[in-house]
Amino acid sequence: MASARPAAGERGTVTALDRTSPAARAGADAGGGATTSRPSRSGRRRGGSRRSTATLYAGVGFIVLYCLAPYYWMVVSSFRRTSDIFSLSPIPRPFSWENYAAVFDPSQSFGRALVNSVVVAGTTTVVALLIGITTSYALARLRFRFKRALLAMIIATSMFPQVAIVVPLLKLFTGLGWINTYQAMIVPSLSFALPLAVWTLTTFFRQMPVELEQAAMVDGCTRWQAFRRIILPLAAPGVFTTTIITFIGAWNEFLIALSMTNSPDYQTAPVAISKFSGAAAFVAPFGSQMAAGVIVTIPLLVLVLVFQRRIVAGLAAGAVK
Amino acid sequence: MSTVAEGAVGGKRPKAAQRLADSRFAAVLVSPTVLVLVLVIVYPVVAAVIDSTYGVAGLDEETGFVSESEPFVGLGNYTAIFGEAGERFWNAFVNTTFFTVASVSLETVIGVVMALVMNQALRGRGIVRASILVPWAIPTVVSALLWKWIFNTDGVANAVLGTNVLWSAGGLASQVTIIVADVWKTAPFIGLLVLAGLQLIPEEVYEAARMDGAGAWRRFVAITLPLVRPALLVAVLFRMLDALRMFDLPYVLIGPRKESVETLAMLVQDQASNVRYGAAAAYAVILFLYVFAVAFAFVGLLGASVVDDEDAQPGPGLLERWRRRGRPRGSVAP
Repeated sequence: MASARPAAGERGTVTALDRTSPAARAGADAGGGATTSRPSRSGRRRGGSRRSTATLYAGVGFIVLYCLAPYYWMVVSSFRRTSDIFSLSPIPRPFSWENYAAVFDPSQSFGRALVNSVVVAGTTTVVALLIGITTSYALARLRFRFKRALLAMIIATSMFPQVAIVVPLLKLFTGLGWINTYQAMIVPSLSFALPLAVWTLTTFFRQMPVELEQAAMVDGCTRWQAFRRIILPLAAPGVFTTTIITFIGAWNEFLIALSMTNSPDYQTAPVAISKFSGAAAFVAPFGSQMAAGVIVTIPLLVLVLVFQRRIVAGLAAGAVK
Repeated sequence: MSTVAEGAVGGKRPKAAQRLADSRFAAVLVSPTVLVLVLVIVYPVVAAVIDSTYGVAGLDEETGFVSESEPFVGLGNYTAIFGEAGERFWNAFVNTTFFTVASVSLETVIGVVMALVMNQALRGRGIVRASILVPWAIPTVVSALLWKWIFNTDGVANAVLGTNVLWSAGGLASQVTIIVADVWKTAPFIGLLVLAGLQLIPEEVYEAARMDGAGAWRRFVAITLPLVRPALLVAVLFRMLDALRMFDLPYVLIGPRKESVETLAMLVQDQASNVRYGAAAAYAVILFLYVFAVAFAFVGLLGASVVDDEDAQPGPGLLERWRRRGRPRGSVAP
């Protein structure tokens, strides 16, 4: 919750101004123009009686509840014992680590699946970023023929049904003996990770002032030098955000990993969870499924909570063209 | 933007030479991506079209010989969808369409409401933003398991609703669970994108409308909706195309080969895993064409502008003008 701090500061300012005259508020808005949202919010709240404020907070409460309640239920269920897994109490009582022990039981090879996921998602992300970064710069800054065609191709491929490429690649990889290998998952994953990375990075590059390169090039840099020495270091935050968004996409991939593997040794975590059999074969292993789900989600939630501002900016920049 | 760059940077070199150098440089920068996309997208699509004209290796009914290689059947796999074997295909087609229409409409309504609330909320913006990202970040497989657990016969859904529905038994109940799970995961995402659009609307517009005596509903219909339209259309388009290729959610939540929830993507995967590559490829091609038809229809009818290259823009839109003003990164955040 690192970014909660600036939000808190903002909140303080706005509430302090809330009871002053509209004119004072308008002035404050002009001053605080950095957050584009502020003018629209405070102005519209002028008519805000106590009743509409209450409605608003009810709305906020509803959103938070809507988003978190199902996940909370998953966390709670993961801490129940198998014997009271169907309990409906909102807190796990008695509290138990039983399900987590079951998840890491060697027979499930879930630890191995986590490692596989890290390797596949990590490599996919790094490769997509390395290949995509120069392309995004060209798309954002240079004029060249077929630029529109390339942009169209990239956006089209990001909407592409993965299953259409999985069938021929499955056939191809079977011939190559690639089934149950990391590359059989990484290469097809690039089909969505690369367009995603290029698209997001392009919008980040477009937001950077052109004067930076102009200055560098006036000083005698070539375009490549300007890109490598000036733009790239300054684009680091955008690159970082793109990395997170791409990684989350690759980490969550299911269809490719399911199709390209049949041995538990190479399954990624999502596939392993979907095939979870639990220690006792006759009961559905809900408890350990929930525990495994919580474990797989934790790295993502940490990333999301720490970098929420950046991620929101990245998602919005990539989609709201 | 780049016009300025070329003009100013040209320096001593003539403009034409600079342009040539630029486009050569661009070719070098762009080629790795093009190469990879050809390898992982163009090649498989072409291969899928070719594969789709072959049948299943094995006993040939006409000659009585067992062939090792797959026989060429021409358009046989495609025409089969109008025959006896087509029942499963059309069921999957209808399911896919139904899920897409139902989920995306619900998501859009809920997402827009969420965006409106977030745009007005002063307090708790940090927590709202954090919580809204949670469903987005959770892997679909995990959210499918989560909802499977919630919709267990002895689960919390039945307890809260006071019902005794067998959600996983198929039929409408199973379809409802898929839609609920999908809406939960993606409505906040639409909310996020619409919010980014909402924050671009200048307050003066509302001020003017209020002076003219427009009520809250009228302001929403006459100002908010039209101005937020570009952002909303793109969000809805992305979601629709995503929903059309739905696979993970029904596969894990209800299971493979269940009639009431089988989507086209699941059908393709099932055929391929049973080594019926020809039929799988044919269905994949149909799904692919369906997705593109929907995308083109949507872009054509509603004018959602997705590829937005500033070189080709007729004039700066509200969004572009705002972007050029140089916004500090992160200001989009709710």
